[in-house]
Amino acid sequence: MTAYVSRRGLQAVVVLLIVTLIVFGLLSLAPGSPASASLGPGSAHRPFLLAYLTWLNRAVQGNLGFSPRLNVSVASLLAASLPRTLVLTGVSTVLALVIAIPVGLLQAVRRGTAADHVLRGLTVLCYGTPAVVLGSVLVLFLAVDPPHVFGAEGPQAPGIAAVITDVRDMTLPVCTLTLVTVGIFARYMRSSALDSLSQDYVEAARARGAGEQRVIVAHVLRNSLVPVVTLLGLSLPQIVGGAVLVEGLFNIKGMGWQLWQAALRHDVPVTLGFTLIVAVAAILGSLLADIGYAFLDPRVRHAQP
Amino acid sequence: MTASQAVPDPVVGQAQLPAGGAQAEDVATGAAASARAGRGRHAGPVAVQPSGAELRAAAAGRLRRFLAVLRAHPLATVGGLVIVAVALFCYTGPALYHTDQVHVFLSQMNLSPRAGHPLGTDSDGQDELGRLMKGGQLALLIGAASGGLAVLLGSMWGAVAGYAGGAVDAVMMRIVDAGVAIPAIILLLLLTSVYRPSATLLIVVIAGTSWLTTARLVRAEALTLRTREYVQAARVMGGGSLRAILRHIAPNAMGTIVVNATFQIANAILLLATLSWLGLGVQFPSVDWGDMLSAATQGIDNGYWWQIVSPGAAIVTIVVAFVLLGDGLRDGLAGDE
Repeated sequence: MTAYVSRRGLQAVVVLLIVTLIVFGLLSLAPGSPASASLGPGSAHRPFLLAYLTWLNRAVQGNLGFSPRLNVSVASLLAASLPRTLVLTGVSTVLALVIAIPVGLLQAVRRGTAADHVLRGLTVLCYGTPAVVLGSVLVLFLAVDPPHVFGAEGPQAPGIAAVITDVRDMTLPVCTLTLVTVGIFARYMRSSALDSLSQDYVEAARARGAGEQRVIVAHVLRNSLVPVVTLLGLSLPQIVGGAVLVEGLFNIKGMGWQLWQAALRHDVPVTLGFTLIVAVAAILGSLLADIGYAFLDPRVRHAQP
Repeated sequence: MTASQAVPDPVVGQAQLPAGGAQAEDVATGAAASARAGRGRHAGPVAVQPSGAELRAAAAGRLRRFLAVLRAHPLATVGGLVIVAVALFCYTGPALYHTDQVHVFLSQMNLSPRAGHPLGTDSDGQDELGRLMKGGQLALLIGAASGGLAVLLGSMWGAVAGYAGGAVDAVMMRIVDAGVAIPAIILLLLLTSVYRPSATLLIVVIAGTSWLTTARLVRAEALTLRTREYVQAARVMGGGSLRAILRHIAPNAMGTIVVNATFQIANAILLLATLSWLGLGVQFPSVDWGDMLSAATQGIDNGYWWQIVSPGAAIVTIVVAFVLLGDGLRDGLAGDE
């Protein structure tokens, strides 16, 4: 296990370095880029590698830079916006799992029946509907028309307490992100459960005379959850991507909204810093997912690389 | 895909997991891929140079199988027909239904659906139905072009990595891992904020963020294909690596690639709409469905539902059609073992 974790950890560090190189390169190689303007006096004549290493060195020490446009440090902007995004994505992901696991399992067990087709249609619809359309439709029918059940905009009060307690304004953003994520998870859970259903141990359990309910819960569900752990780690970039749109639509000043605004006003330090944080989270997510997978399934860690 | 198949190499296991956008479906594609790897088109006499007639026959065979799959999977057929219908609507529609999409008509602003404006008008007084046609042309063009480009790039990258193996493979796949770690939308925000958006740039940029998942899929397939006897035989007889990749690996991975292409196009249309909505799409008076949505959500408090429902329904229709087509093709190609 230790050997596996250290090998995977080393891989993650390499991947992270490539990410920083890609992001920094894209921003600073652009013709007449604002990158050179924002990086400080003389940086335009600084060799690319030197500029990159300077930025990386500062970032490693926790200095993400300063936004001259907003006159705040990137770190303080992050501290103000990250909690909102964490609440939004955290709650939505948990809700999506709670919905997607039973839906996918039901589809697999009742494969080919009307229930399977209806649920499949609904999940394809969730997948194919852009977050913006879904959110707008929810706003139109639940927030704009009287009796204004929910707010059309996310909580605007500063501080994290406002986000957690303002159920009326958080409902629609959370619903939107949840439904979009269900579209991804449920389709995956269905194929994972179908795999488990075709395994020998399911056959064996049935042959031993185990009841159908026990077979489903103890064998199929348990084993199809293992790949879902990996899915959770790997879909982090997608969930964050969804959060950008939901925050944009509902005017929630979280990480995604700040990143969008930074891109619109060519605010390179903010764009760089925020992208770096998202990438670190995504790489950590996939690292933890792989380690979790290895922990749950010994065949992974004993396999030869 | 049994758990044990997915598991031995964690990297391969990862490659078969969904990593972005449309790739949730590709889990099962990976399974189909590993199953299909057992059957090679060139499993016969590899040394014989296939004649033109044989190649034509093989192509005709593939086309027949493709049509048979469509017949056996009605939902895929529906998806295909819807795609054709939407394309006809967007490209031939404007010839039958004339609208002025350049001028602003202040007297016609925000009209609800009525005679003369079956889908209402937008905040510039332009007809929504005509706008839907014009916007669809761009969505289909950019979607198909960037989806195709992504598949081409990803297939070549994955085939080379999987075929080469070793250090080359490790380096190439770490680059893919790095790309996947950055959410596509954020990478797109980054790129379009630096470079000025045009249709060509959007095609390149969307393809540049979506080829990664194709690369993972095709690499997983190339890894199993390269150990097949006919590939080994071709190499023993002095065939070069390029030839092995183009003549043996690529054609046998074609099923996976075609299925992936449908999901890539769906994904590209979604990404384009998203980018346009964020204000980073094509410039006015060019228009796509995302721009229409963007204009609509700005005035959402007024309750002009038709401005959201029309482009929204158009996007959902075309994306679901591509997903249905891909699902059907995947099931069909996996099922003919």
